[in-house]
This record gives sequence, structure tokens and C-alpha cells, in this order.
Amino acid sequence: MSATELVFLLFAALAVGSALLSMTARQLVHSALWLVVTLGAVAGCFVLMTAEFVAWVQVLVYVGSVVVLVIFALMLTRQQSSVSAEVTGNRWTAAVIGLVAAVGLGATVVSGFGGERIEGRRIGTVKSIGEALFNDWVLPFEILSGVLLAALVGAIVISRSGTER
Amino acid sequence: MPLLYPLVLSAVLFGIGLYGVLARRNAVLMLLGVELMLNAVNLNLVAFDAWFADQLHTGQVLTLFTITLAAAEIGLGLAIVLALFRALRTVDVDQVGVDR
Repeated sequence: MSATELVFLLFAALAVGSALLSMTARQLVHSALWLVVTLGAVAGCFVLMTAEFVAWVQVLVYVGSVVVLVIFALMLTRQQSSVSAEVTGNRWTAAVIGLVAAVGLGATVVSGFGGERIEGRRIGTVKSIGEALFNDWVLPFEILSGVLLAALVGAIVISRSGTER
Repeated sequence: MPLLYPLVLSAVLFGIGLYGVLARRNAVLMLLGVELMLNAVNLNLVAFDAWFADQLHTGQVLTLFTITLAAAEIGLGLAIVLALFRALRTVDVDQVGVDR
């Protein structure tokens, strides 16, 4: 086993463990902070899979802004009467469904891609991804900016609509 | 590196995220579960991109698009949750739509 695989397995174990803690933590803020660990570990996996630019974007967008946004929302929606249980009554049904999904997907990929290996011949540096993005993917990129603008306007409209009444 | 490592990790993360979406009572934490599932999908995309050694970097570019869409989704979702909280004074998904 090479060093890359060992480090990847370490990151994978970190990601799975912190994801489990994030989804089961009783404290709401702990949940968001454990998700930071999960997303950081997944970013490490991206680096090991030759996708370094995607890894930096993951750190910037997810860890930098999405989690901050979530913590803001948790602060703003703090309830006076603390909720007695943080999970619904059907948590065991949910656990079974999650387990079935994970095992089903896992069995599918194991049977489909059992012996394949990643060679890492094309490194996803900023230069190569930027060239691919602006040579071949310009139209989807521009459409995406429209989607972002629509989401921005929609978020402002939704969060302002209650205050005028 | 075997292709199975990232794929199995992605399947496990997807299952955990699905559990979070279904089991959490707080609407904000449900959205966190959705983010985890989207991240599992990103892992798949990057893994297949590295496996194909794709000339157009399709998987990694699509991952960038997914990350952007996830940011838009969480922004809109949290705006909806805040509007819900202002209207009903709760973000407990069990209490919304049942007794009001």
C-alpha cells in the first residue's frame, strides 16, 4: 500500500467519523463544526485524487462561507424553549434507510468498478481547470452566474417579505 | 489508488447525509444533511474524472458547478427557514404544518 492510499484512508476515516458525529450531535453548533471537519477531510481526499483546484474551492466555499451561513442561521433561529430531543421519532427508520442506501450504492460500485485504479495522469491544477472552464465550458459557466443571481435575488425577496407587514 | 476507495467513501457519506435529512428535527440541520449528500456526489465526480483522465476535465468542472449550486441552495434554503421561523417561531419540522 502506497503512502497516498494510507493518507487517503486516514482522511476517509476522519470524514466518516466526523460526519456521523455531525449528524448525531446534540448541540446544534457542534453539528455545524463537525461538518467543517468532514468537509476539510473531503478536501484532502480531493487533493489526493489530483484535483487540487477543486479542493481549494471546497475549502473556500464550503468551509469558508456555507458553514458560516449555517452558524448564522442557527444563531438567528435559537428557540426560547429548548427542544427536548434533537431527532425525530422515526430516527430508526431513517437509520435503516440511510444504511440501505449506503450498502446498496456501495455494493453497486464494488461490483461495477472492482479492480479499477486511479493513475492520476492529468493533474487538475488551476491552469488546466481554468483552461477547460473557459475554453469548453463557457456557456454553462455563464448560465451558472445567472442562477447565482436569481438565488441571490430570491433569498433577499424571501427574507424581506415578512418584515413589511 | 484503487477507484473503490473514493466511491465507497462517497456511498457511506451519502448514507449518513440521508440519515441526517430524515432524522433531524431542526430544519437548519436538515439542510446540513443535504450539503453532506452533495459533497458525496462531488467525491464521485472527482474520482471518475481522475479515473478517466478526461481531456475536458468534465468531472472536476462539474464539481465546481455543483459546489456553486450547493452554495445557492443553502442560501435560498436558509432564507426560507428564516422566513418560517419568523412566521411560526419554530424551526422544528415536526411542528410545522401539523398543528397550525
